[in-house]
Amino acid sequence: MNALALNRRQMLFAGALAGGGLWLGAGPAGAAQDGTAAGLTAFIRIGPDNRITIVSQNPEIGQGIKTSIPMLIVEELDADWSQVTIEQANADQKIYGRQVAGGSMATTLLYDSMRRTGAVARAMLVQAAATRLGVPAGELTTGSAMVRHAASNRSLSYGALAADAATLPLPDLKTVTLKDPKTFKLVGKPMPGVDNMKVVTGAPLFGIDATVPGMKIAMFVKCPCYGGTVGSANLDAVKAMKGVQNAFIVPGNGDDYELAAGVAIIADNTWAAMKAREALQVEWAHGAGAEQSSEGFAKAAAAAANAQGAVPIFAEGDAAAAMPAAAKRLKASYHYPFLVHAPLEPMNCTARVDGDKVELWAPTQNPEPGRASIAKLMGVAPEAVVIHMMRCGGGFGRRLTTEYMVEAAWIAREAKVPVKLIWTREDDTTRGNLRPAGWHHLEAGLDATGKVTAWTNHFVSFGKAGKFGRAAAIDTTQFPARFVPNFRCDATVLDLAAPTNFLRAPANNGFGFVMQSFIDELAHLAGQDPVAFRRTLLGTPRLVGPSDKRDSYDAARALGVLDKAAAMAGWGRKLPKREGLGIAFHFSHLGYFATAMEVAVADAGDVKVKKVWAAGDVGRQIVNPSGAINQVQGSVIDAIGSAMGQAATLAGGAIEQRNYDGFPIMRMPDAPPIEVAFVMSDHPPTGLGEPAYPATPPALANAIFAATGVRLRSLPIDTELLKV
Amino acid sequence: MYKQAVGENPVQMNINGKAVAVEADGDMPLLWALRDVIGLTGTKYGCGAGLCGACTVHLDGAPVRACQTPVGDVGTAKITTIEGLSASELGRKLQAAWAALDVPQCGYCQGGQLMAAAALLTETPKPSDDDIDAAMAGNLCRCGTYTRIRAAIKQVAGVTA
Repeated sequence: MNALALNRRQMLFAGALAGGGLWLGAGPAGAAQDGTAAGLTAFIRIGPDNRITIVSQNPEIGQGIKTSIPMLIVEELDADWSQVTIEQANADQKIYGRQVAGGSMATTLLYDSMRRTGAVARAMLVQAAATRLGVPAGELTTGSAMVRHAASNRSLSYGALAADAATLPLPDLKTVTLKDPKTFKLVGKPMPGVDNMKVVTGAPLFGIDATVPGMKIAMFVKCPCYGGTVGSANLDAVKAMKGVQNAFIVPGNGDDYELAAGVAIIADNTWAAMKAREALQVEWAHGAGAEQSSEGFAKAAAAAANAQGAVPIFAEGDAAAAMPAAAKRLKASYHYPFLVHAPLEPMNCTARVDGDKVELWAPTQNPEPGRASIAKLMGVAPEAVVIHMMRCGGGFGRRLTTEYMVEAAWIAREAKVPVKLIWTREDDTTRGNLRPAGWHHLEAGLDATGKVTAWTNHFVSFGKAGKFGRAAAIDTTQFPARFVPNFRCDATVLDLAAPTNFLRAPANNGFGFVMQSFIDELAHLAGQDPVAFRRTLLGTPRLVGPSDKRDSYDAARALGVLDKAAAMAGWGRKLPKREGLGIAFHFSHLGYFATAMEVAVADAGDVKVKKVWAAGDVGRQIVNPSGAINQVQGSVIDAIGSAMGQAATLAGGAIEQRNYDGFPIMRMPDAPPIEVAFVMSDHPPTGLGEPAYPATPPALANAIFAATGVRLRSLPIDTELLKV
Repeated sequence: MYKQAVGENPVQMNINGKAVAVEADGDMPLLWALRDVIGLTGTKYGCGAGLCGACTVHLDGAPVRACQTPVGDVGTAKITTIEGLSASELGRKLQAAWAALDVPQCGYCQGGQLMAAAALLTETPKPSDDDIDAAMAGNLCRCGTYTRIRAAIKQVAGVTA
């Protein structure tokens, strides 16, 4: 067994597999120097029969990560895709480090390290072959999990070499030879998802499909108003119902992100649990948010229109002086609503508690907060919580919070029986955690040539006691900060009792609409073409901000995608009456995207999206073009669907929508054709789960303006305003 | 393969070509009988209200929402679930096209999508875009894979894209 430090906390290990094979993996620094020790898991296992297993470390929520990340290992290992089996890892950050489906970060963080992991294994196998064949390693080539010596026409399979390789020292990860990307056989080729056949045959894959012997179904009924507690409930009547095993009150810990108060129902099957909850009567003590409503927030936000916010965000130059000096000025207020995530698989988790040990089968995109909450609330050791990460029926950020894991564990312990906790669709909607709504009171000034000289934004968002809540802040560098000489952004934070959470391209999913719509207004005010106006605003192709900062803005890359989308759409062409082309660009999650959209608006106001063109720059390599295009098309459809009709509204501290009739998801007849192009630039490859979203809603609004002359400043769009 | 039902009044059903005795009350939606009682979890719960189509199964070949179909109403109708789709050549072709064109993202809705598509192509072997829209409008894909669902249907039907 050999080890090599990966970083401060993790080691890379190699060792022998039982029966004579190679095992290469990672684990915590200081782990037992024994390949079979608990707490160590392999990224790569090569058996003597040449069977190769690759472990996928991150949760799979639909971004194709269980396919694309192993592709990186297998490419450098130099095996064929058909020769490997992919396994899903359990949650264990001591072994794997970050295991999160969030922030579009998997490709960014793993592109290099997974390649190197594969390359290390290959180098060890080549060295083992060199010794066995008595030839210099430099004379050997690899391919299809074989090492070949061409001069003597001899070949050895990886499986035949694995036992010898396991005894060799690990080569240095930093200096191990990587392939020239021009020679890639797998990376850059479209690969179907590794679990596609299981998906299309209905195999049990998802969290909600988990079963444990003796398992019962649990439901957890919480106060419609966030923060509410249980006064009393007709538990005896519920317990007497057919198929109901138990019903009890969970006091909770007062934190909606962890364990809210509610009533647990344990039943033989889901239908019995559903009938029991219909019969359940609870007297709730409403929480702090009972007086809060979307209507009230809108009034508070409107009242802030002509004031400055108390929270300074970013200022450059002197906007107060520059604004009155401008040749033309424009004021406008923009708004986007609360949203819930509405993944098709509702929150659920299966839990078994045995003494101090908790075992979970959890569809989660972020397992560790669940582990921490369970350890804290149930008084168990974090390492005594075993988390099987199940495929997720959609995430979109919803499964970054882990309250359903805590609920399942708590209820299983109290009920003394393994449970599958299932939220109903209504639970999932009414107990969603919210994409924060937002208001932006904007003003901009143009000089005589139409150049933007001043820009102010009073951003109204949510949190507690003047501090932004989760996913509710605006970044100091949000475009066009740093691109307008006199700029000021400040904020007002409204108190919100309901929990907020990240939703696909968090914050940017609203900012893109606001900034790129207002920029469109300014282009028309200046009497300029919207693409030309944006090119001027971006200015010379250059990097704005330090090169090592995540929020530095590369104007060259933004121009690249803007020009590409415009070219794809045939920008400038003449369209019939009530039809229009719109365009927008946005940078978020390290990706640059521009969307162009063609719409037709009926006299009755209905908007038909006829075609979409999306151009993205996520660096020098698309790992899996099939998954990549799917992600972009899905993001565009998500964004249009949301802009067309989605809003979660609060009344009495509770979400008013309950199911997909009140919170519509785009359907097949409305889905437009979407053409996708990637602009390749010489930058490290980054992720695609999110960055195609933010430029899409403003492209829609700008296209509607082009078709009708009506500027829509609020989402979801109001087609009443578009009637002839 | 299926759990043995025990109890006084099992409901007799024909599921994927097999006679099955199901211990369930007549008002239990077929969805929960399949998932919780019989152990066939390919049919998915999404909304419980006939809004999303994730629970689409066939009764005598016709697509229905299992969440809106009480067990007591099924009678002698032959039930086909996503687990039984590959019994037909059309089903196997659709599944192969779905996998090869890499339709799924999260995949949760795709069983229901496939059942809806199989019913469409049985009824209308060469569908137009409008036919596809009409047949598939009841099936939500939260990931937005509609472009590829349409392409896969057309590929199997042999109609031009």
